[in-house]
This record gives sequence, structure tokens and C-alpha cells, in this order.
Amino acid sequence: MKRRDFIQQSTVATSLVALGGLGLTSFTTATKTKKITILHTNDVHSHIDPFGPNEGKNANLGGVAKRATLIDSIRLNNPNTLLLDAGDIFQGTPYFNFYGGELEFKLMSKLKYDAATIGNHDFDNSVDGLYAQLPHAEFPFLISNYDFSNTVMDTHTKPYKVFVKDGIKIGVFGVGIELKGLVDPAMYKETKYLDPVEASQEMTRILKEQEHCDLIICLSHLGYKYNSEDKIDDLKLAATTKDIDLIIGGHTHTFLAKPTIVKNIEGKNMLVNQVGCYGINLGKIDFYFDNTKNRAAEGTSILV
Amino acid sequence: MCLLFLASCKTPPVSLAKIEGKEIPISEAIKPDEDISNFIKPYHDHVIKSLDSILAYAPDTYNKSNGEYNTAIGNFMADAIYEESNPIFKSRTGHDIDFVLLNKGGIRAQIAKGNITLNTAYEIMPFENSIVVAAIKGRNVNEAITYLSKAKTAHPISRLKLVINSNFNIIEALVKGQPINENKTYYVATNDYLYNGGDNMTFFKPSDSVYVLNYKLRNALIDHFSKVDTINPVIDDRFIQIK
Repeated sequence: MKRRDFIQQSTVATSLVALGGLGLTSFTTATKTKKITILHTNDVHSHIDPFGPNEGKNANLGGVAKRATLIDSIRLNNPNTLLLDAGDIFQGTPYFNFYGGELEFKLMSKLKYDAATIGNHDFDNSVDGLYAQLPHAEFPFLISNYDFSNTVMDTHTKPYKVFVKDGIKIGVFGVGIELKGLVDPAMYKETKYLDPVEASQEMTRILKEQEHCDLIICLSHLGYKYNSEDKIDDLKLAATTKDIDLIIGGHTHTFLAKPTIVKNIEGKNMLVNQVGCYGINLGKIDFYFDNTKNRAAEGTSILV
Repeated sequence: MCLLFLASCKTPPVSLAKIEGKEIPISEAIKPDEDISNFIKPYHDHVIKSLDSILAYAPDTYNKSNGEYNTAIGNFMADAIYEESNPIFKSRTGHDIDFVLLNKGGIRAQIAKGNITLNTAYEIMPFENSIVVAAIKGRNVNEAITYLSKAKTAHPISRLKLVINSNFNIIEALVKGQPINENKTYYVATNDYLYNGGDNMTFFKPSDSVYVLNYKLRNALIDHFSKVDTINPVIDDRFIQIK
């Protein structure tokens, strides 16, 4: 059994917050608990079929049809679920070479993905190749630090989207990796890369102050961790921003034993997660809300 | 009354009480969704059928361990890259490619005796590397020659001839049969990975210019397989050691 860590944010509370009904105002009958489930994938890289039996440590894992079964059962359990992808949907199997990403987008639409961000490999058939497949994607592409205004992708992405589930407002925004040096300029053309930290600060300000979101999620294709101090990664982004509850990462194909708890710039705990690659795993993060009056004292517990 | 009620009795705002996170493996035991499986099937069948389509025939099995300084599979691939990309390069620039240099590590599978299919090409070259032609000076070519003499391995080459002695010193180095001129510009076909310094091939930069053919190595190989009926890779004397 996997070891479970338990972190209590508050200095006062020492045990799990009691869920359901004690010590509330006389007007409400009970504490109303709401549960939001966030499911996520990253770097699926055109892996439609499960790995074959002779594929080493990946043998018999993955497969979109099996992922669909799992997602359906989770949604049945909690309809207040969002399904997100952190980019590099394209490239890695002949499906991409044959169909240019059409099947990947069609399947993600059938699985009812709510949003995705854009990875560097999603430019492998150039910005035009990405644009050409957009009619097959029934979900939005969220990216706040690519300026597509001088490309065919102009107006076809959004910096963020607000979802409302069971009355809970969930703000989701995307950040992408610097393309220079990683992707042939002939492929990304006039796509401009903007500073992801500044973009994230702007996004969290809008989502918190203007959209009044209860939960803020960043879809990132920056990569989990680099040793170079200058190279931005998810852990650095988490530590230099505020109001982000979860960063769903990609690019580095990082397999984590469990989501990483990081202190943001205000010293508040948040999560960074990534689930490896090739659709081998599905990330599942459950957020429980209640209307406890004294959250500052009770604190938020994180169980990973 | 209603307003008053709302103002005084509204539910307190929600806040985050607990977060639980875990990872769920997409394991073998999970039953595939039937609708999704049925949707994938025609795409899957088409891909498999295409990958199994026969492009050429291999009279023998060729792998990169068979040969010391040059291998049949490496020679075949480097020659194929020359033959498929030179007409494209010449039509765009008016120049001929002088020689081809690839890396042994880039050959990811053998060519097995029997039918060569599209799948063979994907197995040999699963990566998406493209062919680039770097215009480099003769002195950089000499660096490449030194690199090859020290690498002591069969990096695939075409239109280049190299002889080393038992001390790994270069006895002869010819490009298309001619000695290397330090100041002449040579057009060298390689892939984008090596051009950018992969396998420590640092001699491609600085280059006078680089031409991106937008032609993947794999596609050049597929085009070549499609043109020939039976391939005939051989170990020859393009890179040898006099002992």
C-alpha cells in the first residue's frame, strides 16, 4: 500500500476537518460539503492503443478505451468532475503520422475533455497542422503565454476558462514552454512566447479578483523541475505565484509517486502533479469544499 | 421579506476543506469501453494494414553490429539518404550534396530477412528527425574526419572514404574521391539532431548556412524502399583500418 502523507496547514488543527454538520449557524441544517474531482493526463503522445505485452515496464498499460471506462466510472460517482490535459497530445505513434492528430482530438472529444493546453510537440505539423485539426476538438485550448495574433491560431485559443460545478467556480488557465530551441521556428512561425510567471500572475489576479473563483488550476507544459535556476518549471512557478491550488504539469514525462506539496509565495500549501506519459496513468485530485465559517483556524488538509 | 431572508440567512461562503490526490494506473484489468474501441477500430485496422504493406525485399538480415567501421545497414541508409535527398537539394540550391554523415545510434532496429514493410521503416527510425544540409568549410570536414577516427565506430557515411592505421591515425580521407580542401565549402547532409550537436558532433557549427529539407529521414527511407524491389546492402571499403 502506498504511503499516505498528511499535511495540516493550520497551526491549530491537528486532525482532519470534520465533514458534515457540526457547529454551524442556526439557519443551515448541516454543513454542506461539495466535492470537485479533477482528472488529468499529460504527454499522451498519440498513444491510442494499450502497450503490447513485450513493452517492458509499460507492458499492457494505457489505452484510450480503458481510460474511457475509468473516467466514466469516476464521473458516475461524482458528476462534478473536470477532465484536463497538459499538452503533447500529438506525436509518438503512427496514428499521428497517418492522421495528423485527428484521431487524438476526436477521442478526447468523445471522452469529454473539458480543456487542454498546448505542448511543444503539438507544433510538430506546424502551427497550420494544429489549426487544421481544431474542427475535431470539442474542447477549448487554454494558453495564456503564447501570442498567436500573427498566426492562423489567432482567436482559437483562450487564456483561461471558468467552469461552474455544483455552484463552485473553477478557473483553469494554461501556460506553455519556450518554443525557441525546442521547436523549429518554421513550425511555430510567429507564435510569440511570453513570460509564464507574469502570465500566471495576471491569470490568478483575474480568476481570483474578477471571476471570484473558488478553485484555480494551472495547466502547464513547462516541465516539472530543472536544475538550472534560470529555467522556469512547475515547482518554481508554484513558489513564485499565489492563489493557484493545483498545477497540472507535463513535458518532462515525470512519474511522481504522489502529487508534490509546494508552498506558494504566501506560504500556503498547494499541489503540483504530473502523471508520466503515454496515457499510462490518470491523475485524480478531489477538492472538498464546505461552508465552515472559520476556515483560517480550521485549515485545509491535504492528503496525498 | 424575501430579501431580508436572503440577507440574513444566506449560506456562508464555501471554502476548501480538504484535498485528496492520487494516481490511477490504466491497468490491463480495466475493460475497454466498447464504443471507444469500435470508434478506434477502422483507424487501427487502416494503420496496421498500411504498416504491413510490403515495400521491398531483404535477401538477408542486416544489423548495425555486423561490421567494424562500416556496416551493410549503415551504408545502405547513408546511400539511400544521399540518393533521395540530393535531387531535392540540387533543385533548390543548384549544389550537390558532398557527403552524408549520420550516427550509428540512430539506427534503432535491424532489417530482417524477408519482406520490408512500412513498419520496418518505423522500427529502424522511430524518431521524427529531418534531413538538413550544412554548408561547412573543409577545416570543419577535417574535424569530422578526426571525430570519426576517434569514435572507432561505424557511423553511417556516404560519398566519404576514410582509411585509418592501427594507431587510429588518418591515412586517407576523400570526399567524392577528392582530398579535402580546407577552404572549400562542403555540403553535408545529416539530421537535425546531429546538426545541433547530438552525439558530440560539434563540427557542424558554425556553418556558412544550413538548408532544412523538410524531409524526414524515415520518409526518405520509405521512398527508397518503395523504389527498389530487392535491397542489396553490403559492407565495403568506405571506412577501413589498415592493421
